[in-house]
Amino acid sequence: MRRTRVLFEGRGEPLGWHDPDENRAWVRDNKSRALVDKRTTVAEAVAAYVQDGAFIAVGGFGHVRVPMALVYEIVRQRKQGLALAGKTAVHDCDILVGSGCVTRVEAAYAFGHELRGLSAASRRKVESGACRVVAENSNAGFQWRFLAAMMGVSFIPTRHMLGTETLQESSAVVIEDPFTGKPIALLPACQPDVALLHVPRADMYGNCQIDGILVEDLELSRAARRVIVTTERIVDPETIRQRPWLTSIPFHVVDAVVEVPHGAHPCNMPYLYFFDEEHIAEWRAMSRSEEGAQDYFEKYVFGVPDYAAYLERAGGEARMEALRSLEAMES
Amino acid sequence: MGEVAYTKTELLVTVAASLLEDGRSAILGTGLPLLAGLLAQKTHAPNLLLIFEAGGYGAQVPQLPISVGDSRTFFRANQASSMHDVMSSGQAGHIDYGFLGAAQIDCYGNLNTTVLGPHALPQVRLPGSGGAADIGSFAWKTIVIMQQDERRFARKLDFLTTAGYLDGPGARERAGLPVGTGPYRVITQLGLYDFDPATARMRLCAVHPGVTVEEALKASGFELLTAPEPNETTAPTAEQVRIMRQLDPTGLILPH
Repeated sequence: MRRTRVLFEGRGEPLGWHDPDENRAWVRDNKSRALVDKRTTVAEAVAAYVQDGAFIAVGGFGHVRVPMALVYEIVRQRKQGLALAGKTAVHDCDILVGSGCVTRVEAAYAFGHELRGLSAASRRKVESGACRVVAENSNAGFQWRFLAAMMGVSFIPTRHMLGTETLQESSAVVIEDPFTGKPIALLPACQPDVALLHVPRADMYGNCQIDGILVEDLELSRAARRVIVTTERIVDPETIRQRPWLTSIPFHVVDAVVEVPHGAHPCNMPYLYFFDEEHIAEWRAMSRSEEGAQDYFEKYVFGVPDYAAYLERAGGEARMEALRSLEAMES
Repeated sequence: MGEVAYTKTELLVTVAASLLEDGRSAILGTGLPLLAGLLAQKTHAPNLLLIFEAGGYGAQVPQLPISVGDSRTFFRANQASSMHDVMSSGQAGHIDYGFLGAAQIDCYGNLNTTVLGPHALPQVRLPGSGGAADIGSFAWKTIVIMQQDERRFARKLDFLTTAGYLDGPGARERAGLPVGTGPYRVITQLGLYDFDPATARMRLCAVHPGVTVEEALKASGFELLTAPEPNETTAPTAEQVRIMRQLDPTGLILPH
């Protein structure tokens, strides 16, 4: 008989892990398979599904295809004690940690703005102890945690991070691979309480099509217990049915759908609009101090009733047209 | 041929590009690695497959991406895929070169991009692994580009984010990492380093034009080995400089 043994246990918190049978039962009892109209508003979706203390994961990657309307709404509703999947979380992470809504992070990539530099607001929270990193991970590791959840198994074996302190501070367990005899890392499945996603088009039932890279939205949408989707456009279900092979997120995993044009601003929406570098720079400049960060939230979140008003304040139609032109490389 | 005017950054990009063989694949970060990949593609390695970790395969990159997921990373690409796809192909052996940067490196090429100071309450919180621990695990040859000084070339890392050769020859394999992978070269503002096969320790194999071997060896918190005959890196040609400036017209990476 083959034998195996545990060689090492990471000390990170396995955020979002549930026993697969417990999760199956939860899915059976809570996820509707009915083809029903799931359209709602950003405010209602966040109020209904993002509870204080929830573990949330945001779709897209870095500053790309990020559901910023939902992110700003979480701040507006002053959600507290949230945990965040830092899966190359950039502007979303900075806003959510900087605002104080998120106080725990599993960090693959967080507290940075990629090429633009580090994130002052969220770093301040971590360096002062106001936000805790409860586990380290890597980008591959995070999406494989979602993949395990999508598959309905309790872990997934991988060959990365071995020998590092990233692994030591992660929630992985290392065992002797029963087939090869070599050490192999087992990453626990991850079922976030809520996933927030932004897509270019979806129908009212929640069937979503994504143009460009999927990043890990496919896995995350199946892994999370609740899924809120914002979409640039709600399309007729017939549009979806004509080319169903383009549907990467099916209706039965989606709980709420909201039409939000420019819903990823100031992030990049592939084929539609480019990064708003001026806006990102404004946040980065203002957030160098705690007071400045608060001024930003007053100006762009608390000082406006909703996302449409935020977009107006961020430059309105003229600005959006300029970002469309940049994305299309017209200049 | 007369003297070609070039910047230090352009030299680093040229040295990095020269390491990339045609017909191979490279997973790229934005910034210098991307420029190196594009420069290689436009000179000696037209069949270099450029891969981005968020899902872009074989883009015809029209302008420098800001994010490794932005729409330029899959512009006219062969495939706009997913991170699972890219990372799995890395794990399965399809990725030849990986580029990484770091805040600290040690003599075995282990990297820190996570914290300065204690992990629980750091003096400086850095972004973390991102894709680094993945690329450093899976790429056949990992190339590191970073600034070199006594603190960054650290005797002991504040945090070991990404595995180099861990604590010596064979340690990666003993830890369970894929066989035959690991750090290949380190490029800094002073020179080019490889790893001594007998000890898996970093050693100076070339200095940049105008830099002495002593200067390079001195700017380190650990003892650097020296290759039997360290030589000099090759300065960019006028053509290479022209291509680089065309790729980065606004000076995003290459301050003009």
